This record gives sequence, C-alpha cells and structure tokens, in this order.
Amino acid sequence: MSTAVHHAGSAALDIERIKRDFPILDQKIHGHKLVYLDSAATSQKPRAVIDALVRYYEHDNANIHRGVHTLSVRATEAHDEARETVRRFIQAACADEIIFVRSATEAINLVAQTYGRANVGEGDEVLITAMEHHSNIVPWQMLCEEKHAHLRVAPINNAGELELDAFEKLLSPRTRIVAVTHVSNALGTVNPLRKIVQLAHAHEVPVLVDGAQAVPHMPVDVQAIGCDFYVFSGHKVYGPTGIGVLYGKDEILAEMQPYQGGGDMISSVTFEKTTYNVVPYKFEAGTPDIAGAIGLGAALEYISKLGMDKIAAHEHDLLTYAAEKVGAIAGVHLIGTARERAGVLSFVMDSVHPHDLGTILDREGIAIRTGHHCAQPVMDRFGIAATARASFGVYNTREDVDALVEGIRKAQEVFA
Amino acid sequence: MTTELGDLYQEVILEHSKAPRNFRRPASANHEAEGYNPLCGDRCSIYIDMDGDKINEIGFQGSGCAISRASASMMTQMVKGKTKGEAVQLFEQFHNLVTGKDEAAKADDLGKMAVFGGVSKFPARVKCATLAWHTLQSALEDEKKQEAVSTE
Repeated sequence: MSTAVHHAGSAALDIERIKRDFPILDQKIHGHKLVYLDSAATSQKPRAVIDALVRYYEHDNANIHRGVHTLSVRATEAHDEARETVRRFIQAACADEIIFVRSATEAINLVAQTYGRANVGEGDEVLITAMEHHSNIVPWQMLCEEKHAHLRVAPINNAGELELDAFEKLLSPRTRIVAVTHVSNALGTVNPLRKIVQLAHAHEVPVLVDGAQAVPHMPVDVQAIGCDFYVFSGHKVYGPTGIGVLYGKDEILAEMQPYQGGGDMISSVTFEKTTYNVVPYKFEAGTPDIAGAIGLGAALEYISKLGMDKIAAHEHDLLTYAAEKVGAIAGVHLIGTARERAGVLSFVMDSVHPHDLGTILDREGIAIRTGHHCAQPVMDRFGIAATARASFGVYNTREDVDALVEGIRKAQEVFA
Repeated sequence: MTTELGDLYQEVILEHSKAPRNFRRPASANHEAEGYNPLCGDRCSIYIDMDGDKINEIGFQGSGCAISRASASMMTQMVKGKTKGEAVQLFEQFHNLVTGKDEAAKADDLGKMAVFGGVSKFPARVKCATLAWHTLQSALEDEKKQEAVSTE
C-alpha cells in the first residue's frame, strides 16, 4: 500500500488521485516539487471549481433576478442551486438562511453592524475568546466603541483550549452576543461549540460562530450545533476568493435591519419610502458575485462527493503524524496542543526565526505561513511575536510532512 | 544551501544575528524610536545619544528574524560616530542595495553591510532588512517618538 493512501472507514481516499484534481499542485518551485502547506491561508482549487467558473462565463453569464431571457434564467437557477448546495453542506433548515457575502470577515461585520447595533447598548457586553482571528475581534471592538459597550475576552489555557469555567463566569446579564471561532487559525484548537451554545443560550445570549477554519476539515451541522449565526469564506474551502457565507436562523434574520442599501434588497422603492425584500435578498444589495457563488457550490459538491468524514479522518491522521514528527525535532516547540485540533500545526524554533524558516523552506518548494496569522492576541498569550504554521488540505500527504521535516532540519543546519 | 540562500544568509549575517552588537539601551540615550512590522510582528527599538548632529552612542533592542537582527546590529556599528546627514545617506544607499536598484552600492561606502546585497533576490525580506534603518531615521528626527514607526 502506498503511504499516500490512508484508510478511513470502509474506503480510503486516494490522495494521489485527489492531488491530480488540483492543477496548481503540478509544478516546481525553485526546482523542487511544490509542497503546499498553507491551506489555512487559502486552499487550492480543484479542476471542478475552475471548470465551473469557465463554464458559467462561457455559457450562462447574465444578471440574476432581472431578465426574462434564457441566460438570466440559467444564471438565476445556477445561483439558487449554489445557495441550496451551501444549505445542504452545513445542514441549515432552509436555503433562505444562507446569505452570500464577500467573506467570513464581511459576514461578521454584517452581524455586528445590524444585529449588534440594534441590540448592544451602553454598558452592555460582547463576549469573545482569546483565540479569535482579528476578523472576530475588530468588528466587535468597533461596535463596542460606538455603543460604549464592553468587549469581554474568555481566556485560553497553555494548550490553547478555551477555559470553559471562565467563559461561563463571563456570561452576565449584560452579555448581548457571544462570538467564537469553531477552529483557531493560529492554534488549530477545535472549540466545544455545543457546550458553548448551551451555556450562552441558558443566558438567552445568541452565538455567532466563525467557521472559516472548520468547514474545510469536518462535517458541520449548524442545527446540531444550535448556533444563531455561522460564517465562513469560500476560498478556504476550495472555492474562489470573494465569496463567503453568513448563515443565520430565519427568525433572527427576519428581525434584522439591512446591512447595505441598493438593488435586489428592495421590494419597492419610492422617494418617500422603500420596502425591503425578504431574507436572504434583504442582505444582498447589488449584483452579487454570481460566479463566486457557483464556484463555491462546485467546491462544496466536490468535497461532499469525497466525503467530509473521510476528509476529516485523513487530515486527522496527517496532523497527528505531523505533530509527532515535527514535535520530535530537538529545538522545535509546538504552539497549541489542544486535545481536539484540526488543520494547522503552529510551532517555533530555538535557533531559527519563523521568517527565516519560511524563506529556507520556500527554496525547497515548501509553502508555509509565518507571522502572527492575524491573531496577535494569541501570540501575546504565548509570549511570542510569530510562529511558523503548516496547514493541511485534503491533497496533502505524509510525504509532504516528511518534506517539511527535512526542510526544518536544513534550516537548523544553516543556523547551527 | 542554494547559491541565493547562501548569498542571503552569509556567515557575517548569521554571526551578527546570533550575537548582536550594541544590543542594549545606552544610559545616555536622548533620542529613541520604536519600529514595528505589522505583517510579521517584528519589533525594533533604536536608542541614540546625540551630541548635536553627531551619533555619539547607539543601541537597539527588539525581536525579529536573523536578517532584521543582523541588519540592526551592523547598522549600529556603522553609524556610530556619523552625523545625522551621513546616516540618512547611508540608509538611502542601503535601501538601493537591498532592493536591487544599485549594484554599485556594494563597493561604495556601505563596507561590511554590502553583505546584505543578497536580500534583493528575496523581495519578501526587504522589510526585514530595512526595519532598523526606518526606525533609526525616525529616532534621528524626534527626541521621543510617541507612535511606533511602521514598515507599512
């Protein structure tokens, strides 16, 4: 058996074959086979997604919800289908609960500026965690500043896990919303969402979940999680850039004011009064990224066909292997050692700064991310300025990890 | 190591990054500035004891990669005793060197700092090499900088 094939359930994923579905991976960087270990920054795109974009622009391109002509009908149907594909992928109750936005960042800003502005007042509190990406900190900070409200931060322990007891204590009668990541982009920690939602709902506080780093790696069921909002970006889950998703419970979305004004979000307009359209269109002003939504739909269909359970099992095996191999190198320290982890391996080295490692690995054809990963408070928590981060996608193999280990050793030689 | 990597991580750069010179805050410092690269979190503080127009004493502190540490270390050695105008001119030459604008700069006044010529093959690392210099420029201009100077 090839080491690239790992058994997950009854049938294993054939990773070498999957790799061939991603045209970009078939290239050399500085004379070495590309080893792409930066999927947490953005994933590569399978042929199915690239083809869907080309097909749309070559055959179906037109504006949606407008014309009676054939192309407009086709484009509208394809856009609607993409929304239904997203619904199915995250197990939402109905497609109207799926709002297309530019990114997870825009989705969080939308909720902060609509739900947040209507429900957070002076002296109220917004509760987040110490492992959030800047995109799940700054929109809330801006809201709190405007409303003279307080941002509360639930601490994490040395392994990078949320301290649930402290989180519970921070839920107060003034808490108006909880915003928490599903998977930490800097540490890989998977948060106990059901428990978090249960605690928040016991205080009648709604929960927004940042799922940007979760949806590529595991099956997500928003109804089972019970959260009120769930957001993610298309480009991290094998789709195009420029498209993202906001899921919101129907009854909450119906009550919320629009985010932006413009075409498509209205039922009727006069100079005296405008009546807003129903959800999801109320939140989708202007011509949307039609091709992006269709591309995202193709991406979700592609990975659904592979099977999210199998992808999760494959990546779990890979991450376990990587943590073992990289963690065993003398002078390397893993940052983030939570029991439940997914997607990323963060580490620092005694003798090599992350940037120097990044440069040396690049010359070996290996792409990793180095820096603070837009999570400076996480870096501060661990008393470091930066980490090196290897992150995984469905197309990565144990050989990729072996190449990383070899590259780390080379860097150590340079700085010996 | 590939030739380009070898050019980037020359022995003298590695040596300075491991044992940086003037890595301290001189007690007599009367000018200082903090530099920050928001893309990577690198920090560099420069402290100068200015005697009129002359850099009498200089030191630095902070955290960063090998390139930024070595650049700061060698810069402090190079500008000590120079005037403000001379230091600013050296920065210009150094900047041309690391961005590949001026090959001839290697042979000129930069002396030992010519080893940073290899950086020009690594555009993503230019900011690492120039952080200390940007901070120096800021420290030369103001007695006490309130805002950290940024590479962005």
